[in-house]
Amino acid sequence: MNMVRESALQSNIKKVNKLKLVIGKLSMVMPDSLEFCFQALSQDEFFRDAVMEIEQREILIRCFKCKGQSALEDAYYYVCPGCGSNEVEIIQGRELYLDYYEGEEN
Amino acid sequence: MVQVNMESNLLGANELLARKNRNLFTDQGLLVVNLMSSPGSGKTTILEQTIDFLYGQLKMGVIEGDLYTDQDAQRIEKKGVQVIQINTEGACHLDAGMVGNAFGQLSSGNMDMIFIENVGNLVCPAEFDLGEDFRAVVISTTEGNDKPLKYPFIFRQAGVILLNKIDLLPYTDFSLDKFSDVLARLNPSAPIFMVSGRTGEGIEKWIQWLMGKVNSKKNLALR
Repeated sequence: MNMVRESALQSNIKKVNKLKLVIGKLSMVMPDSLEFCFQALSQDEFFRDAVMEIEQREILIRCFKCKGQSALEDAYYYVCPGCGSNEVEIIQGRELYLDYYEGEEN
Repeated sequence: MVQVNMESNLLGANELLARKNRNLFTDQGLLVVNLMSSPGSGKTTILEQTIDFLYGQLKMGVIEGDLYTDQDAQRIEKKGVQVIQINTEGACHLDAGMVGNAFGQLSSGNMDMIFIENVGNLVCPAEFDLGEDFRAVVISTTEGNDKPLKYPFIFRQAGVILLNKIDLLPYTDFSLDKFSDVLARLNPSAPIFMVSGRTGEGIEKWIQWLMGKVNSKKNLALR
């Protein structure tokens, strides 16, 4: 929220209507908790009635052996569904970032 | 209505400080280990054993993280090692800023390595890079072999795993087979050391591996 405040000041924005966050399923962050905190902290004029949209990203792995990419349903078996190798890298699912915000200009 | 693109990492501030720590550690050729586990797994006891084993061989500093009290720091200090206590006063993990401040208080000039004992927690600490070389995750036989499955991310990120309280194995239902099987799929590259903080069993092998890491870090700095 501080990042948005700072940016809005520079972009001549007086009020924020929407925040868009991207959270990977592998990050240790719970969207529900974030939304709860956001509601509690967004009572001032600048954030009032703003909505927080959260896009959750699936876990994707890439296999070093067969080079295949696959989505993982469970966060606890890092095995390539294609060839069964456990030599895989996580290429998506660790995200935790503010994508954009929308606001009204002065 | 205007849209402003940010693409800003919410943990960006921590990552910046972690990078700063990492550069400082590397400049000094210091190996830094982030020691993590749930409360009561035996991080401090393993640390005491490690310090005893390495006494006179290399110089070590310790950064202790706890919500409250300096009981662990007192235990470590008795071993003749410089220790800085961080009290998070409720926060469930250490962050790179806290570690940077604590590091500034250590007389690290002639040290070879630093252990950071994180707050006992298998969830949040996993998200916070402290600038360490690797993470050592401790799990004990009394916690059960299902813990890596329940807290996969911290085990996936571990550079080494220490299975503690191996002396109590016969008195628990802990299955070594299931444990190794899960870790082979979760983190096949991390070595696993079976140790007992109480009896000292297995500590020597862990130390040998650790010494290898200390030396490669030193060589890196000399280059």
